[in-house]
Amino acid sequence: MRKTESELRVTVCSGTGCISCESDRILHALNEEIKARSLEGKAEVVKVGCLGFCEQGPIVAILPEDIFYVKVTAEDARDIVETHIVKGEIVERLLYEEPNTKERIAHHLDMPFYKSQKRIALKNCGVIDPESIDNAIAAGAYEALRKALFEMTGEEIVRTVKESGLRGRGGAGFSTGLKWEFAAKSVSDKKYVVCNADEGDPGAFMDRAIIEGDPHSILEAMAICGYAIGADEGVIYIRAEYPLAVERLRIALGQAEERGFLGDDILGSGWGFHIDISLGAGAFVCGEETALMQSVEGGRGEPNVKPPYPAANGLWGKPTNINNVETFANIPQIILQGSAWFRKIGTPGSPGTKVFALAGKINNVGLVEVPMGVSLREIIEEIGGGVPGGRKFKAVQTGGPSGGVISEKNLDLKVDFDTLDAAGSMMGSGGLIVVDEDDCMVNFAKFYLEFTVEESCGKCTPCRIGNARLLEILERITEGEGTMEDLENLRYFSHVIKDCSLCALGQTAPNPVLSTLDDFWDEYVAHVLEKRCPAGVCRALASYTIIPELCNGCTLCARACPVSCIKGGVKEVHEIDTANCIKCGVCADKCPKNAIVLK
Amino acid sequence: MAENNRTDSFADALKALDAYIASLPSADGKLIPILHEAQKLIGYLPPEALRHIAGRLGVPVSRVYGVVTFYSFFKTKPKGKYAISVCMGTACFVRGADAILAELKKSLGIEVGETTPDGLFSLDAVRCVGACGLAPLVTVNGKIFGRLKPEDLEGLLDEYRDGGNDA
Repeated sequence: MRKTESELRVTVCSGTGCISCESDRILHALNEEIKARSLEGKAEVVKVGCLGFCEQGPIVAILPEDIFYVKVTAEDARDIVETHIVKGEIVERLLYEEPNTKERIAHHLDMPFYKSQKRIALKNCGVIDPESIDNAIAAGAYEALRKALFEMTGEEIVRTVKESGLRGRGGAGFSTGLKWEFAAKSVSDKKYVVCNADEGDPGAFMDRAIIEGDPHSILEAMAICGYAIGADEGVIYIRAEYPLAVERLRIALGQAEERGFLGDDILGSGWGFHIDISLGAGAFVCGEETALMQSVEGGRGEPNVKPPYPAANGLWGKPTNINNVETFANIPQIILQGSAWFRKIGTPGSPGTKVFALAGKINNVGLVEVPMGVSLREIIEEIGGGVPGGRKFKAVQTGGPSGGVISEKNLDLKVDFDTLDAAGSMMGSGGLIVVDEDDCMVNFAKFYLEFTVEESCGKCTPCRIGNARLLEILERITEGEGTMEDLENLRYFSHVIKDCSLCALGQTAPNPVLSTLDDFWDEYVAHVLEKRCPAGVCRALASYTIIPELCNGCTLCARACPVSCIKGGVKEVHEIDTANCIKCGVCADKCPKNAIVLK
Repeated sequence: MAENNRTDSFADALKALDAYIASLPSADGKLIPILHEAQKLIGYLPPEALRHIAGRLGVPVSRVYGVVTFYSFFKTKPKGKYAISVCMGTACFVRGADAILAELKKSLGIEVGETTPDGLFSLDAVRCVGACGLAPLVTVNGKIFGRLKPEDLEGLLDEYRDGGNDA
């Protein structure tokens, strides 16, 4: 029997995902059980941010022993308290079960999901109570700000960030240090620091997790940036769709001001910095920095031509430095541990780590932070646990609507900004969506185009009209009405849109089309020439058939068919005349035996 | 009577909105926070509210309307008592969100952006709630229901029809 020690910290994952699985009830139940047994001195229950392993949530971890309980419910609270905290024995049934070996794993670093992760941006996520500044300070928060203010000049900070090689984690991968340098060199009576938390890529949720789990790291990094470039005001632009993150940010902001880490005369340095929260309102294009600033100013979020860049002419016409949440989350550690330390992690061209959101057809949905340079195969197969249900991996989409698909042949690519660009995709914000053999790649490209067409702001013609034409062509192909000329036009229009659009939204929108054309040409051709959807997804190309073994000859389908194309007598197996079938689906709805399928 | 109640509460909401605007150090660049507040108070953004806001800020109604229609979060039609949002993010899409949306449309007899005639349910499609581990999912008045199958939906709707999830 494994024994435990006393003085325990019981952490309950309280990110958006786990809270929707009622982790707040678990928190409450654990507290009640502990109170009922007067164990308050022995164990403390703490709500923490996202632990990343969303597929196995809600997670309850017992520290310092590092025992991870997965898929916990409020009803398990009694067992955890009685068995683990009182008797000192591990609740085996709540341990993670490795799907292949069926072995129960107690410590998180023994799980394949966590084994090869390296946490810098997510360092305190899942460790501290995000609503307690004391917790954050105990974990080292604001030490970097203190060092920056009292031991470094603005120039030294900019140089350190530049030498670290940190590149923008929001997508484009531009040097963060250079951005800071441009903003620092701009001469102005007023400058701004903006944090871009408008995480619009559907399927990416690392920025939300960082803010929900460790909001102080962002506030601290923004203040360091403000000091370095000579700004006295910061704005965090965050999606209104993330209410919990906004709430935790507001709490953190209030606490930081109260403790003198923000506001006038920070830590007695004589220097002041204020941060404001600005809510987005549901527009993907506002992730583009010039559009974001339009939105902060209260207008329609339409991008502007660059140059001038925000470093020269940004928010309210003043020099502005804009960085993404994950970029900022790296800053305190770089200041504390130095640029040389950071450069040792990752690849020479892309130092450090990257947080990826694994989602789609993958066993271990969740957030992972790995050093740059690991292969996609390692992320998907080892950390992600591969594709569920024994289905075959088909592709992974990186970079969301701006990125592209990467198929089996490129899975051994070492992930960094430059290799993904070269493979026709992009790092983007770090969303990794896995699709399997049951997904149609033409339909998948169409999904992204529907997204971009809806989210295009309409300011420039190539994006507004060009992407609408791309979508029309994709719709024709999935309806079985595409021609080979359409396929040529897809490519031609894509290049025109990429070359001529005003902002990154338009310039990258055709990527999903181009990359699927490159890697899944055969699927496009099957739709066009054979009028067949190999994955059986496109409804117009599929036909209804009756499974003879299931049909009991009740005649309901034949009587319901509006075009009388179903033949068969009473108690005989029926048959659909596919040539005359209009695919209305009434027969399948009527069949009491579920014997009619679309394939 | 009911009509009067509605008018009264609308007038109250505008009064509360005015107090909010007055509490801002400056209304410059605050159109979006003001619209957020108005939608929170009224539930949606009817034309009268937009005219009122434009008047208070001294800007043309067209500018306010332009901003409202640009952002998907702002609604110009009333939502149902239970606002259902189907997540159409990529992770949900890959795990069958389109079937969930189709089933809800069929069950409720409404399209995306519409409200049932009894005012009970409205249906929206949203872009990624960020709880991809629970895909596919819907939210009802912000509460997340995850790992859904089309056949789960009728039961979910019934709970709201019976007022069971009212608390």
